[in-house]
Amino acid sequence: MPAVTNQQVESRVIEALASFGPDPDEITRDSTFEELDIDSLDLVELAQIVEDEYGVVLKGDDMKELQTVGDAIDLVVSRADAEA
Amino acid sequence: MKRRVLITGIGAVTPLGVGARTLHERWASGICGIVDGAGVCRDFDPSEFLSVKEIRRLDRFSQLALVAAGEALAQAGWSDEIPYDPFRVGCVLSTGIGGQQTVEAQLDVLRERGPRMVSALGIPMYMPNAAVAAVSMKYHLQGHTYGVVSACSGGSHAVGSAVRMIQYGDADAVITGGSESTLTPFAFASFEAMQALSPTGISRPFDARRDGFVMGEGAGMLVLEAAESAEARGAPILGEIAGYGSTADAYHLTAPQPNGGPAARAIELALADAGLAPGDIDYINAHGTSTPLNDAAETVALKRALGEDQAKRIPVSSVKSTIGHLLGAAGAVEAVATVETLRTRIIPPTLGYEVPDPELDLDYVPGEARALIVSNGHPPAAISNSFAFFGHNVSLVVTGVGPTTGGRRS
Repeated sequence: MPAVTNQQVESRVIEALASFGPDPDEITRDSTFEELDIDSLDLVELAQIVEDEYGVVLKGDDMKELQTVGDAIDLVVSRADAEA
Repeated sequence: MKRRVLITGIGAVTPLGVGARTLHERWASGICGIVDGAGVCRDFDPSEFLSVKEIRRLDRFSQLALVAAGEALAQAGWSDEIPYDPFRVGCVLSTGIGGQQTVEAQLDVLRERGPRMVSALGIPMYMPNAAVAAVSMKYHLQGHTYGVVSACSGGSHAVGSAVRMIQYGDADAVITGGSESTLTPFAFASFEAMQALSPTGISRPFDARRDGFVMGEGAGMLVLEAAESAEARGAPILGEIAGYGSTADAYHLTAPQPNGGPAARAIELALADAGLAPGDIDYINAHGTSTPLNDAAETVALKRALGEDQAKRIPVSSVKSTIGHLLGAAGAVEAVATVETLRTRIIPPTLGYEVPDPELDLDYVPGEARALIVSNGHPPAAISNSFAFFGHNVSLVVTGVGPTTGGRRS
């Protein structure tokens, strides 16, 4: 049994990103942060939300590699599994 | 010879509403924007003007700046495209305190949820240059771009710095002004501890019963352009910043030098810079805070700089009587109100002024608005004063568009 499901994280991450400004309909797993106009400051906020929600600590280096929304979701799920 | 600096756009968000014209019209009709001892921009809904992303990433002082700048730029005809090389356009804005609401919100996060939850957007939102960064980014202004800090004279210092930038040739145009939004319990407590705020919550500059200032929030913005550039592109001309003078009291952290000497010197410098004499001035937009000390020292300074007779001839009124004291935005909002006063030839009154103080014997425009009388055939001219805590003294000379016969008493 995984710590969190991919589905749960996906909906939480998309909800968080939508609150940052992009149109929720445009946010998919394949959307890049660049096209959503999500910058490094937003990603730090996202990391704090994820930490608060799932106890997963993401550092700056982790976030730098992320290109798409799917990348962020997969990273959170894998970390949560590793720590479970 | 110095380059002339023309005003081609103005914008304001104040407790009287959104818009520079709204500010002047409502003030002139005697409406007071102060409610329960504070000048709140109640009509300002950022979502009418800004995106979700902008609102989330900007403290209210930057939101106010962005909206006022948008109005000023639209009036100057810049909304779609910058009519200059972006590196020739500056942006100089003031705030007295910066993003105080964000500071307090993030302090709550620190205390309640710990240091790891403090937002990465905290500093970019509360740094005092956040507003200037927001305006510069939105409109791609890439010339000299910075914030100005001199408490309640900051707005006027920003305008003066912008004028010098254009005169020296460092820029062809500058967006300048100031914004402030500090209506927090902590800021109220801090000003109250200094006994600077009115315990009655009434702003009545120069009145014998004045007992302190009333804090307000808002923003004022001006688009300034070198005359040859503005004329070449057929820009609307609202007026001119003809003179700028600035001195410091070097006397006390908060009390003005009671003999008004350094403040008078700022007025004299501004007049000399404009090449005008006291007899050329048709209106004075006072700093007029409604504190016992400021209004007395300003009156003394005006007499000292202009001479007793001229000081008594020229109508003096204070915007702070209707919107309160906007701190680092005050000078900019007052410059905007002065431009509108010269353009409309209508002098709004000092609201609440009813009981004369025997020591303060100038014409403070009691009661209601009156027509601006323009003397001796020149374009109308006004002085706008800012005399801040510590004694940052700034005086601007603003001139309107002639001919003097046009548009008067219509």
